[in-house]
Amino acid sequence: MKNERYEMRFAGSGGQGVILASVILAEAAVIAGLRTVQSQAYGPEARGGVSKAETILSREEIWYSKVTRPDFLLALTQASLEAYTKTLAKGAVVMMDDSLDRPAGLDGTRVIAIPILHTAKEVVGKSFTANIVAVGAINAALGLFDDESLVEAVRRHIPAGTEEINRKALDAGAALISEEQAAAFAQKLG
Amino acid sequence: MSKTVLMQGNEAAVEGAIAAGMRFFAGYPITPSTEIAETCALRLPQEGGKFIQMEDEISSIAAVLGASAAGMKAMTATSGPGFSLMQENLGYGAMAEIPCVIVDVQRSGPSTGLPTSPSQGDYMQARWGTHGDHPVIALSPASVLETYTLMIRAFNLAEKYRTPVIFLMDEIVGHMREGVELPDPGKLIINQRKMSFHDGANKQCYFVPEGEYVPAMKPFGQGERYNITGLAHDESGFPVNSSEIAGRLVKRLLDKVEKNTDHICRVEEIEMDDAETAIVCFGGTTRAARDAVNAARAVGKKVGMFRPVTVWPFPEKQLRARLPQLKRILVVEHNHGQMLLEVQRCVGGALPVGFLGRIDGTVISPRDILARLGEMEGMHHAE
Amino acid sequence: MPSDLVHLYMRIDHLPQIWCPGCGNGVIMRDVAVAIDELIHDEENSINREDIVIVSGIGCSSRAAGYLDFNSIHTTHGRAIAFASGIKMANPKLHVIVLTGDGDCSAIGGNHLIHAARRNLGLTVVCFNNDIYGMTGGQYSPTTPHGDRATTAPYGNVDRPFDIANLASGAGASFSARGDVYHARETIDIIKQAILHKGFSLVDVYSICPTYYGRKNKKGDAVEMLKWQKENLVPTARYYSMSEGERANKKLIGILSFNDYPEYTEEYARIIALCRKAKKK
Repeated sequence: MKNERYEMRFAGSGGQGVILASVILAEAAVIAGLRTVQSQAYGPEARGGVSKAETILSREEIWYSKVTRPDFLLALTQASLEAYTKTLAKGAVVMMDDSLDRPAGLDGTRVIAIPILHTAKEVVGKSFTANIVAVGAINAALGLFDDESLVEAVRRHIPAGTEEINRKALDAGAALISEEQAAAFAQKLG
Repeated sequence: MSKTVLMQGNEAAVEGAIAAGMRFFAGYPITPSTEIAETCALRLPQEGGKFIQMEDEISSIAAVLGASAAGMKAMTATSGPGFSLMQENLGYGAMAEIPCVIVDVQRSGPSTGLPTSPSQGDYMQARWGTHGDHPVIALSPASVLETYTLMIRAFNLAEKYRTPVIFLMDEIVGHMREGVELPDPGKLIINQRKMSFHDGANKQCYFVPEGEYVPAMKPFGQGERYNITGLAHDESGFPVNSSEIAGRLVKRLLDKVEKNTDHICRVEEIEMDDAETAIVCFGGTTRAARDAVNAARAVGKKVGMFRPVTVWPFPEKQLRARLPQLKRILVVEHNHGQMLLEVQRCVGGALPVGFLGRIDGTVISPRDILARLGEMEGMHHAE
Repeated sequence: MPSDLVHLYMRIDHLPQIWCPGCGNGVIMRDVAVAIDELIHDEENSINREDIVIVSGIGCSSRAAGYLDFNSIHTTHGRAIAFASGIKMANPKLHVIVLTGDGDCSAIGGNHLIHAARRNLGLTVVCFNNDIYGMTGGQYSPTTPHGDRATTAPYGNVDRPFDIANLASGAGASFSARGDVYHARETIDIIKQAILHKGFSLVDVYSICPTYYGRKNKKGDAVEMLKWQKENLVPTARYYSMSEGERANKKLIGILSFNDYPEYTEEYARIIALCRKAKKK
């Protein structure tokens, strides 16, 4: 890992499952033997409103549990994209749904704009799998975990009987990332 | 694959309680403690235990006290507004000497406040929330693993001293997930309350031998027929109007904690051996303080962290022992200055005591602490 | 000389009790003791004395817990049913009997009453209903009739009263009944049935308070107040033989609602068994 502490932020609206995406990546980190702290902030709404989750990865003990300068941002709504691009770390990677407008001033070379919501609905066939599509895309782009760890992490957080559709979502997410992107954004986990 | 599992603070509270023998939970949903009730509803019947969702927080703690009087290790969990509602019966538990654990996952107040945002504003409520002079033991964890291990200690203290123990969590730790490797259940030390072994009616169930502080009685319905009341009572458990007996009772209740602070009070000290500046903090605030200490040490500053793990009674003996080496103290907490008052009381003007607090529901960062430390040092050098 | 009943089931050291001369509470406490005694000696339905737990709240009625020689717990105002719920959940074989008053159980504790009734948790609640707050000196309670006087209703009570037995029925109590001080034998039998009933049971027992309610409302002395009960409260058989016209302004002494809904702790035991079975698999 380039940094001692790799800070990831996941933002969207309530119900899009960004908290679960954050939890699954933390779970994968545990399986892979990394240190991790996961937390979230949310409003009173179960659906709608702003939802923000954070996962911190490190080889060292992690104390402060909040993200201050994210190295990675996933944004699924325009509002969250605009709110959180202001505090990015230098060289941060931003993954955004391609239905959103890229804010002025956001360096295009570090942006991965992909059809996460569309893929969940039309390719996987279920809108609610958008967060798993995102997890697949994130891991393909950043190369954080091996496939086995990620699939196991997903399995631990989904209802029994939904393994197949979630596997499909993971793969569909990974397929959104080009080889060039994977090479450009890979994080060295050693 | 390692034995490490990803666990949320609120879940760890339940797993620790189950490991300690908790088999009864009564509660009412409230953010940010609700996962504790949900996890209990799921987990307790698997362990032969029982969960009930009551109609409010008042009945929740009442049911917990009832179940404990009948012999079960029992717990409830809530947040500030519900903790306020529990206060009368918390005092009942102290007076009637019924062990239990009350979890308060603190959120921003006052009133309904910011329900999903962190705070440590219930520190003084934990001590003085119920009316009258009463003993209080309160513990506050700083990590998911510590939530598990400290919860076991909370039950052990409740059982040993026959008194409610407050488990003072905050949203930071309650809603945080970390990878944890839980200790081997076979290696845990689990205490049970003292029980008398005489049968029959109306024995002196609240009798305490000279030099001891805690009575022994059988659980309700197991043959030793006695009376429990929240009124001032004598050793037989019956109400009295005698000022002498009432005074002696309350003194014993207070003494049972005050005379055992060496056993009850625990602190965590980080980089304190040569520290000239001590950051005093507790619970979730510790996370930022640890990073601040590391950052200060990295540039050669002699900064340490002093963290009460037992937050009530305040570990004043341990803090006083550090005063001669210190030049200043910075108290950091997510409130407007509550533990600060305890620190000031102990320091008594011997050192400058600075404060960094937060009451807007946001989390204090290591950078905030370092900035405040810088200000304090600047003031000190100017003197 | 105290009777055998008193010797057997009351804590002689703590008598005489604090209730006023003429108060109905002593009669109701005796009814409870007789009901328990008869059940202990009932060959068919014998219950064990050590399995009885008396739970009370705060108020005149609630002092009864201290006088009765069983496992007894005198809790906080209004919360007796909630404490009792925990005791019953912890040890379902116990007969948990709540002794409470009209204020304790239907004002400050009203929420716990309706929810325990709804859950059908196997408690027996005996309400000593004297239409007034006696311990604090005669303030109106949720059962004080409209227009009656109390220290906090100096111009007559504006509130409309609860009928506690009907309230419990409405909340889903699987056993709800009414007793009184005058009809002691009938009331004892009702309390016995309530204790034997598997689910939640409530017996609203009309007491008399000559000191506060009686005096404030010119109801006469204890004898006059008992006479009123004799004339206006009617045991089951006679009540149902009366015409509708005759029943006007009269109240039934007997069982108002009865059914065999599943009891809460038995339902919960089923869940534990289910989880255990799943664990073994």
